[in-house]
Order: sequence, then structure tokens, then C-alpha cells
Amino acid sequence: MSERKNITVHEPLFHLAKRAQIQPWKAWAIRLAAIVLGLVVCGIVAFILIERLHQNPDRIDDFYYSFIKGSFTSNRKIWKFLKNMAILQCISLAVTPAFRMRFWNIGAEGQTLMGVLGCIAVAFYLGGTVPDWLLLVLMFIAALVCGAVWGLIPALFKAKWNTNETLFTLMMNYVATFIVSYFLVIWVPSGSSTLGKLKYGKLPSFGHDYLVIILVVLLLTIFLYVYLKHSKQGYEISVVGESVRTAQYSGINVKNVIIRTMLVSGLLCGLAGYLIGAGLDQSVTTESVGGQGFTAIMVSWLANFNPLVMLITSALISMLNSGAAQISQDFNVSGALPDVIVGIILFFIIGSEFFINYQVIFRKADRTAAKEGVK
Amino acid sequence: MNVWLNFLIDSLAFGAVFMYGSTGEILTEKSGHLNLGIPGIMCMGGAGGCLVLNMIGKSSLPGFLIVILGILGALVMAMAMGLIYSFLTVTLRANQNVTGLALTTFGVGLMKVIMSKLDATVYLVGPKMLYRWPFADRTDALQCLGVMFFLAVIIAVMASVILYRTKMGLHLRAVGENPGTADAVGINVTRYKYMATCIGSGIAGLGGFYYIIDYMASQEAYLSLEAFGWLSIALVIFALWRPHMTILGSTVFGFLFSCSSYIANIEGITVTMAAKPLLKMLPYVVTIMVLIVTSIRNKRENQPPASLGLSYFREER
Repeated sequence: MSERKNITVHEPLFHLAKRAQIQPWKAWAIRLAAIVLGLVVCGIVAFILIERLHQNPDRIDDFYYSFIKGSFTSNRKIWKFLKNMAILQCISLAVTPAFRMRFWNIGAEGQTLMGVLGCIAVAFYLGGTVPDWLLLVLMFIAALVCGAVWGLIPALFKAKWNTNETLFTLMMNYVATFIVSYFLVIWVPSGSSTLGKLKYGKLPSFGHDYLVIILVVLLLTIFLYVYLKHSKQGYEISVVGESVRTAQYSGINVKNVIIRTMLVSGLLCGLAGYLIGAGLDQSVTTESVGGQGFTAIMVSWLANFNPLVMLITSALISMLNSGAAQISQDFNVSGALPDVIVGIILFFIIGSEFFINYQVIFRKADRTAAKEGVK
Repeated sequence: MNVWLNFLIDSLAFGAVFMYGSTGEILTEKSGHLNLGIPGIMCMGGAGGCLVLNMIGKSSLPGFLIVILGILGALVMAMAMGLIYSFLTVTLRANQNVTGLALTTFGVGLMKVIMSKLDATVYLVGPKMLYRWPFADRTDALQCLGVMFFLAVIIAVMASVILYRTKMGLHLRAVGENPGTADAVGINVTRYKYMATCIGSGIAGLGGFYYIIDYMASQEAYLSLEAFGWLSIALVIFALWRPHMTILGSTVFGFLFSCSSYIANIEGITVTMAAKPLLKMLPYVVTIMVLIVTSIRNKRENQPPASLGLSYFREER
């Protein structure tokens, strides 16, 4: 039988085809399945890594409960979760316009850090000498300008000489980090390089400390959604992203679009920097952004560059992060565990996109057999 | 030995970290894959090697065997990471930037978890002298030039020879420039991409291992490793995608990076605290300059591989 099959027409066991379209519910079901699968693998990895867990395996349900416990069991935790999510969402929004244009800006980390530095610099030098409202306005302007400049430099070179933007923006992150540590050495004469909380330039708050930030980011999300989906500029961004040639034929000035879009990206990163600097920290360190500039890239991509869907993905990543932090606290393991868990879940979500975009078609064994008259 | 010579040797030894990282990344990029997971892969390479040494560090095995097993540990762990990356980007055609960043998040985190469980008196104290053969007894800078430094140089030269002097290298470059054409000539695109990514990752992983066990040889070394992974990606640009150029480039980078600590020892030069971060910034600024200059000059042989960052699907036009 098997020998006979070998002489039939060779058809691979399965082949791949690109899906024309997929119903949204199916796509989300695939993603959900991927997350569940990822969580299972996380459990296995945690089982190997965490001693307390393989000593008493029945604590595994504690392990999974931590993901909820980390974010939702007290008012304080809920606010903290919302704050983390808002900042992550803000940076993710910032990288989105450029990504829709297929401009791989991985410099959000540096652009945001420059925003923080800009607004803290203003607070440091002018704090106490100008009225509070003016100080806040100046800080705002400084943050936006710094973020925008950091985003514009790679864009100008991309537009003029087609310089590789991925590598350029990546390098700019580190330049920003060292500029921050340079200023820290200058500002802190003691040599400890840690700047204490500044007394001036705190964003006024009402209701709750974090409420202003959360509302600003929500408004921004809606604004960006409208800008990208329902404005002429947003349309131009999509066209350039789909095909530069098409854009040129239809009379879009591609260079201008690149520069303008990166300006928007940089400005939004600057705004995120302002929210971190003036709204939360009142200080700056080289770790002020703490890798969120990179996480934001994944958040934005997972949401398929849609600002509204991004609310879900940034919530998911924030939840995983604080859940895993809870685990490393409860089970007494290294504080790096959240990165491992987020990494694993991301692998699964990234992998699941394949099954959304492509379909696997298996060989129909019977038909081949029948054709050859074997059966 | 005078300060300058010490300085040069230290730059060479430090540079070997980048030499491994960027040789590995060049191989990967030549197959058309921009692997931003290199920092994570280097970290996991370091963790893999130390994990093995943690088991055999105090055993009575002969010295050379300990050295080889450590290197193999690093190689295997890093290649496993490369396998994750290539499965996601080659087979599942995922976005390379996102996959790479996720791999870095994962690798750096996992390395920290693993390293915090290992015992430095076992994996570090004994083995580090073995890795410094043949200069282990020296007290000057020369002691840093151990087995793994020479291995780095050999690998970099070999990679260049393979890439530019063999048929296999020609095929690999063809895959990176235009996978469609390569496929049409009958080159197995998928196999080349997998091989280049996994072998490249293995080489990069050795860099992380070298940094922890030999160059820094300290318990806290692993905490500062990630930054050098990113610097290795920078070095690829600096070396214009030629592995042998990384020997020169990594020395320059090592020079720039360690000058902040050496320059103060040179008579007649005073360095303020504030200048140190600026000196450390230099490698990145220089890389940006190189990137800009090559894009302005626009010489064809100095450009990144044409299909860098793009997934290949045969049925797509």
C-alpha cells in the first residue's frame, strides 16, 4: 500500500496559502488560544525555575491567581495598573503613526527619555523662579521639543538619503541614555548621580494622583484613532506604508509625509516623557522609561497599529508584568521573572499571527488515492 | 608595560565581546534577517556556559575539557535561542523586529533568573584561570588575551572566508539580497536562513560567555551584558557587513569604551566625571556617522542586504 502510494503524484502533506480574509471572531479566538497555550508553557517554565513551586506543586493555582492578584485585588493596585497601562499606551500610540508608514522607529525609548530630560531640565533650572503654571507650560514645551528633535533627526536622514531608520533610531536610544547620565553628573555634585524628587513642576491632580494621566491618554487614543483613520494625513500615512510607488504616482510627497509623521511620533513620545517627568517621577534617571519604549513597539504591533485595540494589548502586557512581579515577590525569585513570562507569551502571540494570516491546507489523502484507483 | 600598550591590549580583549556578537549578527543579517534578539542571545549564551561550569567547575575533569564543555554549553543554549527566532521569523514569517525584541526581553530576563541561582565560587573562580590560558600567570593586561579571544579572531576570519570565498557563502548572500531569485536557482532558502541564524546566534552567545567568564570575570558581570549586545548590532554597521572588519571595528569600539577608564591614567590629561558619559557615548555616535556616510555615498557593496527585515513567502509576488 505504502509503496503504491509512493508512485502516485507527489503532493506534500500540507501546504500554506495566504488567507484572503478572516472573520474577526476567528482571529481573536486564535489569539486567545495562543495566550492560553503561552500561559501553560509559562507554568511549565516556572515549575522548573521556581524552587518553591516544584517542592509543593499544588501551589500552581497560586501561580496563576497571581496574574489577577497583581493588578486587581486592591484599590491601590488597580490605580497602579491603570497608570502603568496609561504610560505604556501613550508610548505605543507614539510609535504607531510611524509604523503604519512602515518606518521602523525603534527609538521610542530614547525619544521618551529625552522628553523626560527636557521637562526635568526646565524644572531644575527654573523651578521656584517662575509661577507654577508657567513652569508647567515651559516643561511641556521642552518635553515636546526634545522628543520631536530626537524623532526628527533619523527621519530627515531617511527622507534625504534613505538611511536605515531601524539602526539609526536604535543608536539614538543610547546617545539619549548617556546624555541623561551626563546631566546627572552635572546636576548632582555629590557624585551619586541620583537626582532627588524636585519640589517644583508637579502636574496638578484631582480625584486621584493618576487620574489626569489616565484621562490625557484616553483622549489621546481617541484623537489618534480619528487622525489615522479619518484624516487626509492619516490616509497618506497608510498609502506610503502600503507602497511608496503608489504614493508617488498619486502625487503624495513621500519625503514630507515621512518627516511629518516622525514629527508626530516624536511629539507624542515627548508627551509621554512629560507625563512621566511632570506627572509621576519629578526626576530623571537613565531608567526613567525602563524599556517601555521597546515594549511599546510590541504592544502597537500586536494591536495591528489600531489605537483602540491597543487599549486591550497594553492592558494585557501591563497585567502580565504586574502579575509576574507579584509572583517573584510571593515565590521569592529574581525580579527578572516578569520579562521571562512576558517574553514567552509574546512568542505565542507573535506565532499565532501566522495562523491568522495564512491557512494550512492538508492533503486530501482519499482523493489522491481514488484518482490512482487504489482505495 | 606602559599605559598605551595596556590600553591597546585591553581594547582588543574588550573588543572580542563585540567581535563574537557582530560576527554572529552579520551571518544572520546576510540571510536577510535583522536579529534584534542578539542581546538576549548573548545573555543566554553566557547563562548556558555558566550553567555547565556550575555543574563541572569543581570536578576533576582535565582543564581543557572543562574549557570545551563550557564553550559547548554557551553554544547550545544560544543556538536554541536562535532556533526560536528562526522558527518564528522563517517558518511562521513573523515580524522580525518584534520577534527580536521579544527574544531580548525573554533572554535577558531568563539569564538573570538563572544566574541568580548559580554559585560564583564554582562556575567562576576555578574555571576563569583555565580560560585565560596561555597567559593566565601574567599580572598585566596580557592576561585577558585567553583562548576565547583567539577563538573570536579565528571565527571572524573564517566567517569572512566562507561568506566571500565559497559557494555556500555566495548562496547565503544571494538569499539575503533576493530570496525569490535564490529560490528560483534552486537554493534552499529556508535551510540557509535557519542555518545562518542558528550558527550566527551560537557565535554571538560565545561573546556573552566570554564577557562573563573571562573579560570581566566577576559575579556581577551578567548585569551589564545587555548593553554590549546592542553595541554588537551597532558594530555590524560599522564593519559594513564584513566579518573580518569586525576585528578592527571591535578594537576601535573597545578603545572608545574603555578610554573613559584609561584616559585618566595618562599623564597630562585630566578627565572630569562629566566627561565619562560623553566618552561612553562615542561608539554610538561614531556608528551613526558611519551609517549616515555609507547611505550618502550609496556604494552598492557597502549597503545592508537588500531584503533585510523582510519575510519571504514563495507564493507572494
